[in-house]
Amino acid sequence: MNLHNIFTVYRKELRDSLRDRRTLISMIVIPTLMIPGLMTFAFVVSSKVINKAREEVPPVMVVGGDQSPLVRAALAADAKVRLVPFAGNWEQQISDKQLRAAVKIPADFDAALTQGVPTEVKILNYEGELRSGFAAGELRNFFNDYREKTVTARLAGRGLPPTLVKPFEVKTENVAPPEKVGGNLIGGMIPYMFILLCFSGAMYPAMDLTAVEKERGTMETILCSPVARTDLVLGKFLMVLTASLTTAVISLTSTGVTFAARGVFFGAADLAAAAKAGALPTLDPAGLLLVLAMVFPVAVLFCAVLLAVSLFAKTIKEATSYATPLIILIIIPAMMGLLPGVELNARLAMVPILNIALASKELVSGVFHWNYLALIFGSTCVYAAVALALCVRMFNREDVLFRT
Amino acid sequence: MIEALNLTKVFHDKKRGEIRAVDDVSFTCQPGQIYGLLGANGAGKTTTLRLLATLLRPTGGRATVAGFDTLAEPERVRASVGFLATSTALYGRLTARETIAYFARLNGMSDPAIAERVARLADELDLHEFLDRRVEKFSTGMKQKTSIARTLVHDPAVLIFDEPTIGLDVMTARNILRFVRDCRARGKTVIYSTHVMSEVEKICDTIGIIHHGKLVAEGSLAALRERFGQQDMEEIFVRAVGADKEEAA
Repeated sequence: MNLHNIFTVYRKELRDSLRDRRTLISMIVIPTLMIPGLMTFAFVVSSKVINKAREEVPPVMVVGGDQSPLVRAALAADAKVRLVPFAGNWEQQISDKQLRAAVKIPADFDAALTQGVPTEVKILNYEGELRSGFAAGELRNFFNDYREKTVTARLAGRGLPPTLVKPFEVKTENVAPPEKVGGNLIGGMIPYMFILLCFSGAMYPAMDLTAVEKERGTMETILCSPVARTDLVLGKFLMVLTASLTTAVISLTSTGVTFAARGVFFGAADLAAAAKAGALPTLDPAGLLLVLAMVFPVAVLFCAVLLAVSLFAKTIKEATSYATPLIILIIIPAMMGLLPGVELNARLAMVPILNIALASKELVSGVFHWNYLALIFGSTCVYAAVALALCVRMFNREDVLFRT
Repeated sequence: MIEALNLTKVFHDKKRGEIRAVDDVSFTCQPGQIYGLLGANGAGKTTTLRLLATLLRPTGGRATVAGFDTLAEPERVRASVGFLATSTALYGRLTARETIAYFARLNGMSDPAIAERVARLADELDLHEFLDRRVEKFSTGMKQKTSIARTLVHDPAVLIFDEPTIGLDVMTARNILRFVRDCRARGKTVIYSTHVMSEVEKICDTIGIIHHGKLVAEGSLAALRERFGQQDMEEIFVRAVGADKEEAA
C-alpha cells in the first residue's frame, strides 16, 4: 500500500467530483435543503392540522334521549360542541366526516337520573380520525362533568359532602424530559434521514468513479498507470466516503441550524402548540454528535458496497439498476427502527442499519446504552471491513474491470 | 525491449465457452523499432497489448517489458510503458495541465519535475493555448495531443499504441503517426496495433499479422512481400490469414 498514491488518487477524485454538478447536488444541496425542508414541513403541517382540529367546535348529534330534555338542553348549552339535528344516516355522516361524533342517550335518561336507576350513554366516533377523536373527547368531558354534578347534587340533597365519593384526586404527570418525548416521536425520523442521506450521498460518486469511468474509457487510462489497484480503489473509496460523510455532516448541521433558528421562523404560540402536540422534538446535541460517530462505520459499509456494485456494472444505467434496489434494503431496516415497540437489545444490536436506527432514536433523546453502542459500533465496523475487503478484491479482478 | 514468449490468454464465456483471444504468441520488439501488430477487429491485438501493459494476466506464456516480467513486476512494467489507445480516454472535468500532472504524480515525479515536464511537453506538442482549459471542451485534436502528453509524461522506454488513429480526421491521424515516428527516433521501443494497412506500410519496421489470436506471419515489409509474392499490404494480409482460400471456396 502506497499512501502517496492513495492520496494522489483521492485528491484528484475530490477535485474532479467537486466540479461535478450532480455530485454537488447529492452531497451538498439535498442534505442542506432536505432535512430543514422536511422538518419545517412536518412542523408546519402537524401544528396547523392539530391547531385547526382543536379550534373547531365539532358538530355532534344526539341519537335518542327523546324524553330527556334536561340532558339535551345541557349538551346544547355546551359551547365546546355544536349540536346538529338528528338524521337517520348519522353513522354514514360520521364515516363521511360531516359529523364528528354522536352520542346515544336512552329515552328515559333524565328520569333514570332522578330515580337513581343505573343507565348509560354511548359515544360513537371514527377511530383514528383526529377531529372525531377530539369530538369524542369533548363529549366524554361533558358527560363526566354532568355525572359529577349529578353526584354532587344527590350528596347535597342528603346533606353529605362531595368528598364522600371522591376522597382523593388522581393526577398524572410526565417526568420524561420534553426532548425524550420529542426524540421518540419526530426525533426518530432524523437518524433515519441521516442513514438514507449517507447512502444517497455515496451513490452517485460511487458510480461516477467506477461505472462511469468504465463507460467513458478513463478506467483503462488509470489502470495503465503504475499505481497499484489496491491504492487506486482505496483512493476512490476515500472520495466516496468523503461524499457520504459530508452529506451526513451537512444534514447534521442543517438540522442543528433549523432547530436553533426555529424561533425566528415560528411564533411562540405556534411553538408552544407544536410542543404540546408532540410535533416539536428538542434533540440532545451530544446525542446528535454520537449519531454521527455511529453513522461512520455505516458510511464505510455503504461506500464499499456501492463501489463494488458499481464497479461490476459496465454502464451507469446498469449501476443504477443494481444500486436502486439497495435503497429498499436500507429503508426497510431503518423504518423498522421507527416502529413503536421495537426496542434495542443485544440481538438487534447485531442487525446492520436496524441497530443504528434504534440506537440513534435513543441517542437523539439523550439515552445512552453504552454496552449496546459498543456492540453496534463493533459489529458495524466488522461488516464495513468485510465490505471494503470485497471491494478491493473486486478491483483486482480483471473479469470485473474488463467485463464485456 | 518487449519480449513475448508463448503468450496465451483464454477467456471463459457462458454462451461461447472457451475463447482463446491470444494463442501462443511470441515476438520481440527492439528499442528504436516500431513493431506493427496487424489484424482484423477481434483478432486479439488489444488483448495482446493489454497483456503487455499488465492490464490483463496471461493464462500461459510470459512477457518481459523493459526488462521487467509482466507477472512478477507489473507496477514496474507500467512505470516503463506509455499506453495510448482510443479506449484510454481523459477526465473531462480536469484541465490538460491537471491531467498531465496527475499521471506524472502517479509515476512518482516531484512537483518541480512535473512543472518542468509539463512546460516541455506543452512546447513540444503545442499545448499552451488550451493547457488550462477543461478537457470536456476540447476538440478531438486537442484531446489527442493531451493524451500523447499524458502517455509521455514519465518518459517511458516502451510505448504501446492500440489503434490510436481510429475515428480521427486525416490531419490528426497524420500528427499521431509523426509522433510515433518521433518516438522511434528517440530510441523508444514502440508497438503499434492497427487494422489500417497503409499505416503499417508507412511506419512499421516489423509487422506481425495476428488472426484468431495466433501470430500467423511476421517480418519486415520487404520480407512479407517476398514471402507472399505480393506488393500490396492488403493482399499480403489476406493471404496470411487464409482469407483468399476462404474466398475461393
